[in-house]
Amino acid sequence: MISEILKKYEPKKENLLSILHDVQESSGKNYVSTESVLEIGKFLGMTRSEINGVMTFYTMLSEEPRGKYIIRICVSAPCHVAGSVSVKEELKKVLGIDVGETTGDGLFTLEESACLGVCDIAPAMMVGKDVYGGLDGHKIKKIISEYRSRK
Amino acid sequence: MNVTKIKVGMASCGIAAGAAPVFKALSDKFGGKVEKTGCIGMCYREPIVEVLGDDGSSVIYGDINEKRTAELIAIIENEEVRKEWAVFIKGAPEFEQSLYNSKQVKIVMRNLGRINPESLDEYIAAGGWEALKKTLAGTPENLIEDMIRSGLRGRGGAGFPTGLKWKFARASDSDKKYLICNADEGDPGAFMDRSVLEGDPHSVLEGMAIAGFAIGSDTGFIYVRAEYPLAIKRLEIAVSQARNAGYLGKNIFGKGFDFNIELKKGAGAFVCGEETALMRSIEGNRGMPTLKPPFPAQSGLWRKPTNINNVETFANVPWIVLNGWEKYAAIGTEKSKGTKVFALTGKIKNTGTVEVPMGITLREVIFDIGGGIRNDKKFKAVQIGGPSGGCIPASLLDVPVDYDSLNRTGAIMGSGGMVVMDENTCMVDVARFFLNFVVEESCGKCTFCRLGNKRMLEILTRITEGKGKESDIEELEKLAGQVRNGSLCGLGQTAPNPVLTSIKYFRDEYIAHIKEKKCPSHVCKSLLSFTIDAGKCTGCTLCARNCPVKAVEGEVKKPHLIEQAKCIKCGKCYDVCRFDAVIKD
Ligand SMILES: Cc1cc2nc3c(=O)[nH]c(=O)nc-3n(C[C@H](O)[C@H](O)[C@H](O)COP(=O)(O)O)c2cc1C
Repeated sequence: MISEILKKYEPKKENLLSILHDVQESSGKNYVSTESVLEIGKFLGMTRSEINGVMTFYTMLSEEPRGKYIIRICVSAPCHVAGSVSVKEELKKVLGIDVGETTGDGLFTLEESACLGVCDIAPAMMVGKDVYGGLDGHKIKKIISEYRSRK
Repeated sequence: MNVTKIKVGMASCGIAAGAAPVFKALSDKFGGKVEKTGCIGMCYREPIVEVLGDDGSSVIYGDINEKRTAELIAIIENEEVRKEWAVFIKGAPEFEQSLYNSKQVKIVMRNLGRINPESLDEYIAAGGWEALKKTLAGTPENLIEDMIRSGLRGRGGAGFPTGLKWKFARASDSDKKYLICNADEGDPGAFMDRSVLEGDPHSVLEGMAIAGFAIGSDTGFIYVRAEYPLAIKRLEIAVSQARNAGYLGKNIFGKGFDFNIELKKGAGAFVCGEETALMRSIEGNRGMPTLKPPFPAQSGLWRKPTNINNVETFANVPWIVLNGWEKYAAIGTEKSKGTKVFALTGKIKNTGTVEVPMGITLREVIFDIGGGIRNDKKFKAVQIGGPSGGCIPASLLDVPVDYDSLNRTGAIMGSGGMVVMDENTCMVDVARFFLNFVVEESCGKCTFCRLGNKRMLEILTRITEGKGKESDIEELEKLAGQVRNGSLCGLGQTAPNPVLTSIKYFRDEYIAHIKEKKCPSHVCKSLLSFTIDAGKCTGCTLCARNCPVKAVEGEVKKPHLIEQAKCIKCGKCYDVCRFDAVIKD
């Protein structure tokens, strides 16, 4: 699978972030495994620690397996003012996990995010690549159960 | 009248408000007449649908949820107009002359909500790619002169004159030069760039191509944050359309000019919006800022001369080329020309994006266009310029919006986020919030940014917990000076601004927290106390039943009492009491 991704790119260091994004997305578990890191390293002529150094700098990249869907709850000022704290509590309750954890079924990982740039619909969150706003307890339950039934 | 087109606002704000099912229902009914468009700025009325007729008529409807769609379909079929739902009707004075519309000037947002962002044809029909054609018929030198004369200044925050920046990059001698569009928009409360990228991506590409010609570059990069998947998708579509049509690529318009654009995605690091960090990130490194000089114009990406501008800066460029620098320079103040897009958020009625001429007052933006404060509460402050900016109080609402006037307040123009706060906002808490952001986003390279900000955060946290000392304000001011002077990049240099401006304008709130151990806005929990007014309490037991920690005691039909040692200050009792008997202080 990784080799399919690498084929799209020239072996240049500038493609590292794009490759990491692609590998992470296709992993199904939103992470870049050690084996993948080694393979990418071979392709780009970079050491494992060089790549790890880059990965740890960026909050959206992970070396640990995560859920199929990353839920990013926006905790920046406009969402804070609009009540993101109670949205976060509600999410924790509905998912039964804390921030930074993954649900037992491997479906969701809950993360806090810097401004998602959709402050006009605060409080907001992203599930995978989809944006949801104007959140309250009722809406959160509905959204999560939709994803659960999607599987 | 025949309906010729139906446009559904499908930017992130519209989609999140439920525009997708509306789009589908309308498409099922009216087929190809239904199109996507970007956000016209009225995010507070999404989902938005515009109905256009062959007689030139246009009615824009707001709040078109799934329920209303069926009715809207009937309205369209019967060729009626539903005035109560309309947010705009072409030709109707009550809309055209409303303060919301008449005080705005749309240059950057000229196509937002008007064209389909995924259609090259519609961009061309709106005059798109004409500016590049006109540019290529002239010389880079004249173009740069015109850009300098237009007075356009960078919209990414620092406000450096764009033409001058291009001139420096042009003057740098090199076999290879790069052009970068900074689309890393990370300021909390800012979404102007997202709106432009989602609603009119071609205008940014065209601005970049023109800049490429100016400085002598054939390679452009757009560095866009990964939090904006829809913007990325629409940019990808636009780039491939422009390539296929020959607006990007080799020998553009047969004039021997080559220019290509590649997208680079960020991965969640705020500091990468800073230009030197951004270039390190494109190169595939950790996004750490580096010392300037050398400036990017001399040594930037891969140490080659590089010109970097913001999304909004580029979106202005084609308009200036087509309409002439004179027309642009005629808008605004002496030193701040043209318009600025702002994102209005917080406790304001009309949240969304607005574009206003420079020199307009904050009062006009917040009250005339923004509609004032939600629930008719009192205005307390507007946070402008994000974590580098400051909090401006009511007494300064008549300050004109231009670079120099805003700098004088201690805030900055910044990228364009305006977070409006009402009387229920605690300014110490806000300062703490912005500082917390900086502490989390500091890359850790400079000691003062890494540790000084943390120290300041500790002090602010202490104050909000009622453990502040009288020397704390002074200590904050001292640390602020050290962080400002001891940091390499703009992140640290400006990080103390929100704290300093809140001390400057809301010192009494700090003092109330420190000396009286009170939060005047009743926000800081540790400083709150809940008590029951025995005269008003009817003993209905509602509060006792709702208290999660069983801190309310008392018999039925007799006044209740809150046991302070148990109380966790959640405010449930205050919220549920029907007799105003719970006192929050
Ligand atoms: C911490 C930090 C974050 C920044 N983030 C952004 C950003 O998200 N977008 C942007 O255009 N400029 C940002 N800037 C400003 C850029 O460094 C640079 O000045 C700008 O891209 C230049 O473009 P302009 O001249 O068109 O404004 C940031 C600066 C700092 C110090």
